[in-house]
Amino acid sequence: MTETAALMPRRREVHPDPYYPDYKTSLTRSPSLPLLSMESTPSEETGPRFGHNMLGALDNNLISNYTQGKALAVGERIRVHGRVLDETGRAVPHTLVEVWQANAGGRYRHIKDTYFAPLDPNFGGCGRTITDDNGYYEFMTIRPGAYPWPNRANDWRPMHIHFSIFGHAFGQRLISQMYFQGDPLIDLCPIAATVRDRSQLDRLVAPLDMQNSRGMDYLAYKFDIVLRGRRQTMFENKPEGM
Amino acid sequence: MTQPLDILVETASQTAGPYVHIGCIPTFAGVEGVYPEDLGLSPIEDGAKGEVITIVGSIYDGTGWAMRDAMFESWQADAAGVYPGQDGADPKVSGFCRFAADKDTGEYTLRTIKPGPVKGRNGQVFAPHVSIWIVARGINIGLNTRIYFDDEDNSGDPLLARIEQRPRVDTLIAKKTGDGTYRFDIRLQGEGETVFLDL
Repeated sequence: MTETAALMPRRREVHPDPYYPDYKTSLTRSPSLPLLSMESTPSEETGPRFGHNMLGALDNNLISNYTQGKALAVGERIRVHGRVLDETGRAVPHTLVEVWQANAGGRYRHIKDTYFAPLDPNFGGCGRTITDDNGYYEFMTIRPGAYPWPNRANDWRPMHIHFSIFGHAFGQRLISQMYFQGDPLIDLCPIAATVRDRSQLDRLVAPLDMQNSRGMDYLAYKFDIVLRGRRQTMFENKPEGM
Repeated sequence: MTQPLDILVETASQTAGPYVHIGCIPTFAGVEGVYPEDLGLSPIEDGAKGEVITIVGSIYDGTGWAMRDAMFESWQADAAGVYPGQDGADPKVSGFCRFAADKDTGEYTLRTIKPGPVKGRNGQVFAPHVSIWIVARGINIGLNTRIYFDDEDNSGDPLLARIEQRPRVDTLIAKKTGDGTYRFDIRLQGEGETVFLDL
């Protein structure tokens, strides 16, 4: 078999509380007993890999991928780009990044979303890409709208894009959300607030990136993502304690 | 002062939300035509070595309600216990599957092959198992667990051995219900709570 290196333990304190009373659904969907913690095994240290050849030309362009380029989605045109790194600071190349989001009015193309804002006939709301040799990715999309959701009597989600990232190991699997610089709803959102440490929440907020914007075309936002790293050691294949 | 450690911090998780299907299995969600087909429809192709099995189950919240909006990913070795991408792996086994709770009943189905025992470091051997990752609205960070099988010898498994309260071991073991069929229910919270993993 192929040897794999152990993953760095997940730092649970930088992640959300699973049980967070202001986010009501979490109350019945959070384990009440402790997680079983141990060193990663090959089951977590390996993971699915996806090739660039699975991608269509428009997969990372949410402005036009729903119509296969025939018509464009309504909204503020933006480019979202960044790098996928791991805790050691190394780029994570050739890893799948998937995104999904509401349309410019704050409505998802989903049977369970019944918000008044209309569907955009030219917007599906999903996209995907694979990072390049340097861990870099980019999407073209429209800025999603904020929207109300049933939680407390008047809760609104800030503008956000959902991100799903694989890494190279099943134990690196991560889903998160990207918020937008300057959105006043971030500080009012109980889902954003599940992240205890403000500095960790700030890392989910993408800054406006004018130098990577294009005049008369799109604004850019930069969003870097960090996955779990692997422990680097020459002592791995010895019995514990020896 | 000391030298800086130069270790980055993992990006914080956020819930996958109720619309995770749009991003991960868009055709299932009714967003058709963006991709030719959804990713991870099956972990095996025709001709994969090993016993074809079907695992069925539900995921229950803390009130006992079968959740209708959960999404699952599975990852597993081939019949010889080799993971896809490793030397000698069965080319007909991708090992990865995405599946969702049924919108009406909450039940999920995973059709795959029974994986073989997996060798770990230092001579460890893990009994046949499928790794599972669960996301949904209300789950703030994806939950990891494993499906073992009640017709395999699980007695030497190093992970199951770490579970102090022995009755809880059963929460990770699928029950054989027929020829090649198993049932594996997941309980998120409360009585019979599934053991979730931090590996």
